Amino acid sequence: MSVLEIKNLHVNVETDQGTREILRGVDLTIREGEIHAIMGPNGSGKSTLAYTIAGHPKYTVVEGEILLDGENVLEMSVDERARAGMFLAMQYPVEIPGVTVTNFLRTAKTAIDGEAPSIRTWLKDVRGAMTNLRMDSGFAERNVNEGFSGGEKKRNEILQLELLKPKFAVLDETDSGLDVDALKVVSEGVNRAHSNTGLGILLITHYTRILRYIKPDFVHVFVAGKIAEQGGPELADRLEEEGYDRYHVAESATQ
Amino acid sequence: MQSTALPTPEQHGIRAHSDGPIVPVQTRSERFRSTDVADFAPITGREHEWKYSPVAAFADLTSGELDGSRVEVEATDAAGVSLSWIPRDDARVGRAGIPEERASANAWSAFGEAALVEVAGEEAKTVTVTRSGLGTTPRAAHTVIEAAPFSQALVVLRGIGDARLTENVEVVVGEGANLTVVSLQEWTDESVHLASHFARIGRDAKLKHIVVSLGGKVVRVNPSTHLAEQGADVEALGLYFSDAGQHLEQQVFVHHDAPHTRSRVTYKGALQGEGARSVWIGDVLIGNTATGTDSYEQNRNLVLTDGTRADSVPNLEIETGDIEGAGHASATGRFDDEQLFYLQARGIPEDEARRLVVRGFLAEVVQQIGDAELEERLIRALEAELQGS
Ligand SMILES: Nc1ncnc2c1ncn2[C@@H]1O[C@H](COP(=O)(O)OP(=O)(O)OP(=O)(O)O)[C@@H](O)[C@H]1O
Ligand SMILES: [Mg+2]
Repeated sequence: MSVLEIKNLHVNVETDQGTREILRGVDLTIREGEIHAIMGPNGSGKSTLAYTIAGHPKYTVVEGEILLDGENVLEMSVDERARAGMFLAMQYPVEIPGVTVTNFLRTAKTAIDGEAPSIRTWLKDVRGAMTNLRMDSGFAERNVNEGFSGGEKKRNEILQLELLKPKFAVLDETDSGLDVDALKVVSEGVNRAHSNTGLGILLITHYTRILRYIKPDFVHVFVAGKIAEQGGPELADRLEEEGYDRYHVAESATQ
Repeated sequence: MQSTALPTPEQHGIRAHSDGPIVPVQTRSERFRSTDVADFAPITGREHEWKYSPVAAFADLTSGELDGSRVEVEATDAAGVSLSWIPRDDARVGRAGIPEERASANAWSAFGEAALVEVAGEEAKTVTVTRSGLGTTPRAAHTVIEAAPFSQALVVLRGIGDARLTENVEVVVGEGANLTVVSLQEWTDESVHLASHFARIGRDAKLKHIVVSLGGKVVRVNPSTHLAEQGADVEALGLYFSDAGQHLEQQVFVHHDAPHTRSRVTYKGALQGEGARSVWIGDVLIGNTATGTDSYEQNRNLVLTDGTRADSVPNLEIETGDIEGAGHASATGRFDDEQLFYLQARGIPEDEARRLVVRGFLAEVVQQIGDAELEERLIRALEAELQGS
């Protein structure tokens, strides 16, 4: 049974104005197959948490730890983390000029499995996953994310999630910028990955909309760099009605 | 703009009605031209067309005696394409343009016969013209590539082996023709190659001109294109990989001289190793008759190590207010760390991710060549450059 543990995580970022503390003691444990939603206002540090888990060099961990099945994730390079079974679906996926989706997926799959996938099953898997996500087969020969619409970029992230089969996925605002049809398609993809592989999910979102399609086991309210409250799915309903005002967002954001 | 290792993105776009920030140094069309080397003053290295070049490294080519005899040329077979030699006073010489600087004029003054590549026939075909065995004596050459009206072909002009060569290449694209010319420099490490390409594009004709510089100590290929008749179109592409101690230069000139002409200039280069150097100058002149012009030029350099230098200088002159659009962009930078992060976050190790990014960066130009075999060969050549040091 896999488990991802985040303990007392403090993270700084260097800005032009100097060092800024963004995460201020995050504690979170996600077990295999669990879906955790993290909700919080803009600027509360949700993406920072996501990037820190993935190992983005801009963020410095000053205190605390991240463990994957007891292994120290913070000592791993970005690619080692991915090979250990971590996945980040980015809020703003990056364009890679001149690298086709096909080439990229095959290279990533080979890196993660430690061997090249068998050509026949791989092509079938890719085609099947693209069809499920209602992605036109033409995307395969386009350069990664280049000229993709916001919604297409998000589908491409979920395509990778389904094909790379990680143990834990952090989905950073995968719902933002999607119309309702795309939201359903993308949610189905996440749910498929969840039921097929027992994926553990950290679903970062600003709105409760996506929670109609992806049912969380736990909801955490993230304010000013840490978890301010946690509960079950009912907490999301309450946020929907009351917003974040209760958590004195204005006050903590100016600190 | 001059840039060293620091990322110095610079991007301007100007439309017909904006007064852009570009101030031309000199009107390009007013530059002195002559086919006689004696009409040009000796080179000091301070001239605008020489100031980025290591002029002392090739004084023999700009002011010395040159061997103007036939160079060894070999062409692959393709129906509708022929190769022959014509005398220097043949009427087919001198129609696309004449020299604007001394190396070009020295070659023009010295060549004996011109190699003529004639293209006819509407079906697509590829021909590779290889120059080899030029040796280390300073030489002059002249080539005329002529595409008959409505013909279509891809002509690869390839240089291998040793060379100390200054030359002129004329490209005449007849009405409605669709021609691709790839100038492929794969010379040995000590070679010096100075070339001026002059293209004249006829009505509704299209030229895709691609400069690929990989090998040679100093390689300077300066293509100028005259969009002479209505509807003429040029896609000017360039690709270079500059290693330690290498100087790769290209001065690109596009002259919009008729209504509804279009140009796209895209040059991309990578620099790796101590003293790796690249120069790109992009002059675009939109003449007063060139209404409805659509023009965009860009140069991008990817710096892979310390100790390199990339100069990138776009110039835009507009003499008519009635254009579709004109813009330019120039950027020199290190790796985009966000691209690396994205690839690594998918399990791809750092060195492999770097290779993917560089290959991808340059492939954007390779992908536009339109000949699968040549594209693959170039990708392999670029791989070899990447492993190189
Ligand atoms: N690289 C950085 N440089 C400077 N400041 C940063 C950087 N990354 C994050 N921050 C700051 O840290 C705070 C948290 O940002 P983060 O992106 O994690 O918030 P978020 O909760 O994901 O917001 P949103 O809902 O808008 O996506 C913000 O104030 C942001 O400006
Ligand atoms: Mg965010």
